[in-house]
Amino acid sequence: MRLLEYVILLLVGAAAPAVVLSRDPKAQVVTLSFYGLLCALMFFIFQAPDVALSQITIGAVMLPLLILLALTKMRRQNLRREREGKK
Amino acid sequence: MSARVRTIFFLCSAAGLVAIFIWGFLDLPPLGDYRGPYGNAVVQIAVYERHATDVVNAINYDYRAFDTLGEEFIFFASVLGVLLLFRPTGTDDKGDKHKTKLEDALPISDALRVSMQAMVGTMIVFGVYMVTHGQLTPGGGFQGGVILASAPLVVYLSGDVKTFEAIIASPLIKLAECGGAAGYAAIGTAALLFGTHFLTNIIPLGTTGDLFSSGAIAVISAVVGLEITGGFVLLMKTYLREIVEERLGESE
Amino acid sequence: MILAYLPYAIAAWIFLWGLYGIVTSKNLVHQVVCLAILQTSTYVLLLAIGYKVGGTAPVFADIPVGTVVVDPLVQALMLTDIVVEATVMALLLSMVVKANELAGTVDPEELRFLMG
Repeated sequence: MRLLEYVILLLVGAAAPAVVLSRDPKAQVVTLSFYGLLCALMFFIFQAPDVALSQITIGAVMLPLLILLALTKMRRQNLRREREGKK
Repeated sequence: MSARVRTIFFLCSAAGLVAIFIWGFLDLPPLGDYRGPYGNAVVQIAVYERHATDVVNAINYDYRAFDTLGEEFIFFASVLGVLLLFRPTGTDDKGDKHKTKLEDALPISDALRVSMQAMVGTMIVFGVYMVTHGQLTPGGGFQGGVILASAPLVVYLSGDVKTFEAIIASPLIKLAECGGAAGYAAIGTAALLFGTHFLTNIIPLGTTGDLFSSGAIAVISAVVGLEITGGFVLLMKTYLREIVEERLGESE
Repeated sequence: MILAYLPYAIAAWIFLWGLYGIVTSKNLVHQVVCLAILQTSTYVLLLAIGYKVGGTAPVFADIPVGTVVVDPLVQALMLTDIVVEATVMALLLSMVVKANELAGTVDPEELRFLMG
């Protein structure tokens, strides 16, 4: 069990730069969801089930959902602006 | 300053920050060597004092219930802020001639439709189970509330757009959110009316391991679950409203 | 043993990467997500402080009171932290959408003016 803790810590430490270095928001949403799942696994291994449940529901489901909804709304705003710019 | 200068400046400051981190972390206890007295004390007495087997939720909703009250009102204020930012302003060219009614179903595949329809009932039951069993097992109001708030989205994904419209247009959502926030404060104030401090656990405690044990913890868990569900469904409704109106406008 | 200080090093590493993402970002949504990464570094730190070797989860539904468990108070702090992260992200994202509607861009370099 001691080795498992260090391994999951290193995995989480390796996933964080991956999220930061994905510059396109659409790609970053997928990486963020995976990072949230890794964090939940880390909480589970460190004996924190309440926090793991919270992290799965928020960090891997709600947060990417909110980001995708915001991105869709911005895309429609830009399309409407182009349509009105052409008229 | 340009981006390049900013990056170099940041790297120099980061080196200083790393030095401060190392200086600070060397004084912390190494991993696994827990020294705090409060954790040991709480773990010994929480089950006997509060008749709750989940000590984390007992701390959240009873010993430190005041902090959770502040956290719930942070959530309430944030949902209020989002609703304010997206209120219908005069710059919308549609006005309110088109109501948010979707009459055509989404073109989705059969596999998605079947699997989402199978999941809705399970999600609702699991969400209610998690909200009501907050004092016994890991979970509680917040986690169960988020699961319950994802259920309307699954309904939307299964293609049944009319039901989704009916759910999010219902005034019960706003009532649930405000009722949750007000209910938490009301439980605390009821303790004042009985002569004890704010947010004391005055409801009879029951036997450990029962569903209705640990007094106010179960009630607060249910109330928090209501608020979180209402809040997240309101958030989704705010984002989806303008998208739905645009889609109606484009299809005409 | 220096390996016992690894969680603190990982917390500092994640913090610095989140900060680097915020400083060198060219898209407001990317900046908001890097703020979320910054917040997860505090979870790692809190988790490491409360951990006890050989301890199990602080839920006494099936184990007798008196077994060695990890610290529950720190986990209560982390729960509040996650809720606050969700609320801050929701509000920040709605502000980003409004900025895009008013200014037409989400590049922080081009948003360096104040309207009105």
